[in-house]
Amino acid sequence: MEHDNAELVIELENVEKSFGEQKVLDQVSLQVRAGTTTVIVGASGQGKSVILKHMLGLMTPDSGTVRVFGQDLVRAGKKQLREIRSNFGVLFQNVALFDSMSVYDNVALPLRERTDDDEAKIRTNVEEKLALMGLEGHEDKFPAQLSGGMQKRVGLARALVLNPKVVFFDEPTTGLDVSKSNEIYRLFFETQVRLNYTAVIVSHDVPKIFKLSDYVALMANGRLQGCMSPEAFQLSDNPLIRSFVIETMGPIYSSETEESLLYETL
Amino acid sequence: MNFAAYGDRTTMNMIAAIGESTLRLLEISGRFGVFLVTCIYNMLKPPYKVMPVVRQIRFIGAHSLFVILFTGLFTGMVLSLQGYYTLAKFGSVGFLGAAVSLSLIRELGPVLAALMVIGRAGSAICAEVGIMRNSEQIDALECMAIDPYKYLIVPKLVAGLIAMPLLTCIFDVVGIFGGFMVGVELFDVSAGAYFQGMYSSVVWQDIEMGLVKSLVFGLLLVWICAAKGFYLHLERGGGFGAEGVSRTTTGAVVLASVSVLVWDYLISAIML
Repeated sequence: MEHDNAELVIELENVEKSFGEQKVLDQVSLQVRAGTTTVIVGASGQGKSVILKHMLGLMTPDSGTVRVFGQDLVRAGKKQLREIRSNFGVLFQNVALFDSMSVYDNVALPLRERTDDDEAKIRTNVEEKLALMGLEGHEDKFPAQLSGGMQKRVGLARALVLNPKVVFFDEPTTGLDVSKSNEIYRLFFETQVRLNYTAVIVSHDVPKIFKLSDYVALMANGRLQGCMSPEAFQLSDNPLIRSFVIETMGPIYSSETEESLLYETL
Repeated sequence: MNFAAYGDRTTMNMIAAIGESTLRLLEISGRFGVFLVTCIYNMLKPPYKVMPVVRQIRFIGAHSLFVILFTGLFTGMVLSLQGYYTLAKFGSVGFLGAAVSLSLIRELGPVLAALMVIGRAGSAICAEVGIMRNSEQIDALECMAIDPYKYLIVPKLVAGLIAMPLLTCIFDVVGIFGGFMVGVELFDVSAGAYFQGMYSSVVWQDIEMGLVKSLVFGLLLVWICAAKGFYLHLERGGGFGAEGVSRTTTGAVVLASVSVLVWDYLISAIML
């Protein structure tokens, strides 16, 4: 593919993680290349978010390595970790907006804490990002006063305000209706074209998410199954991938015999 | 039934339970120690931001003022009441001013002010930080490369160190005034004797002890309450929603209050 020679941004190598007796990640390896969109799909509770937390340095693996921009996150000191994270933007599953701050302050916080910009410059930047998300006029509201979709958009504005190189999305459309989900996907697509960031998305919104992805990987039984183009993913012979595709998209490749059998049963 | 084997098993279980509790205690102590050291390191490290500290002084200090005034006044009044009753038996009501002011400045002022602030602001600090931990807001800060210690905890710690001695001073002054009201206005102790007793008996070391105590208590209350909230996810049962937050907050208030009383004794023993 066109991205195969692009710079490696994130590299997971044989990552293992257990919680008590339960092994959540088992020999997980994954490569994320610059400028691409990698989607990790899978049923709930399979450890998709745990992979994301390893990439963010919020969890450390029991064994294996996690490299971001070539630097080992496990061995990185606090300062180094902070430098790596300064290239990140994250949209959490529950958005994790600061609920005692207004929408404006939420988006302005990374600029106030991480840059030396004066308040006028910060205002221009924040207003631009809020306008991009269609949130003009909501600056003074608090997160609790917003709908789920609006909260996600504020979260996205906050994740993008420092023009990050890598943006992580943890279930970006969970709890949203179809039109609100489409709105988030549209904003994702527009902002990626504009800001050209690398995206890692954890989602179970199949098949819609395939349209936006360059690579799709399935998390099942603690292992990451394949990391391939959405087309190859849907045609894969891997039994786990195949059963996931059939479960989520229906038996699209069933033969006539199978279909007639299905109708007879019905 | 094999009683010997049963006895062995019970003994082993008991030893295992003691071992587990000891390890857990060591783990918690280590965690709290690392938390404090990280906070102090971040406190001394530039940049220093004034506004977040001012906001926290307003929350911990100014908003506790009413409680402190009220408690201080009534503590002074009841001290005077009980003091008068006792001193009258020995015919030495002239010492009332000395008794009230010394008790307040050395002991009751710092301790009661700290207990009041723990109840009002300490619980709020623990619940705020705990909810932020539960709803991934602290993770969000870390992912934005914003140090949660520097951004979230340090302003509270500095505010505790500034506000607590000030609140204690206010408590002492109001308490002495409350004692004056009861002693002089109610029981006709001479105003001159009340103040003269205070002037002649209170020395700089007494005030110093009160200040040291209030500083230590200010540090203790923010440290314990904030650390409990910060490590909510590691508390037993702490990671489970609203009930986890309420249980951890209760635990923080109890631990902070007990620590204040223990340290009160230790500081008194060292400085006497």
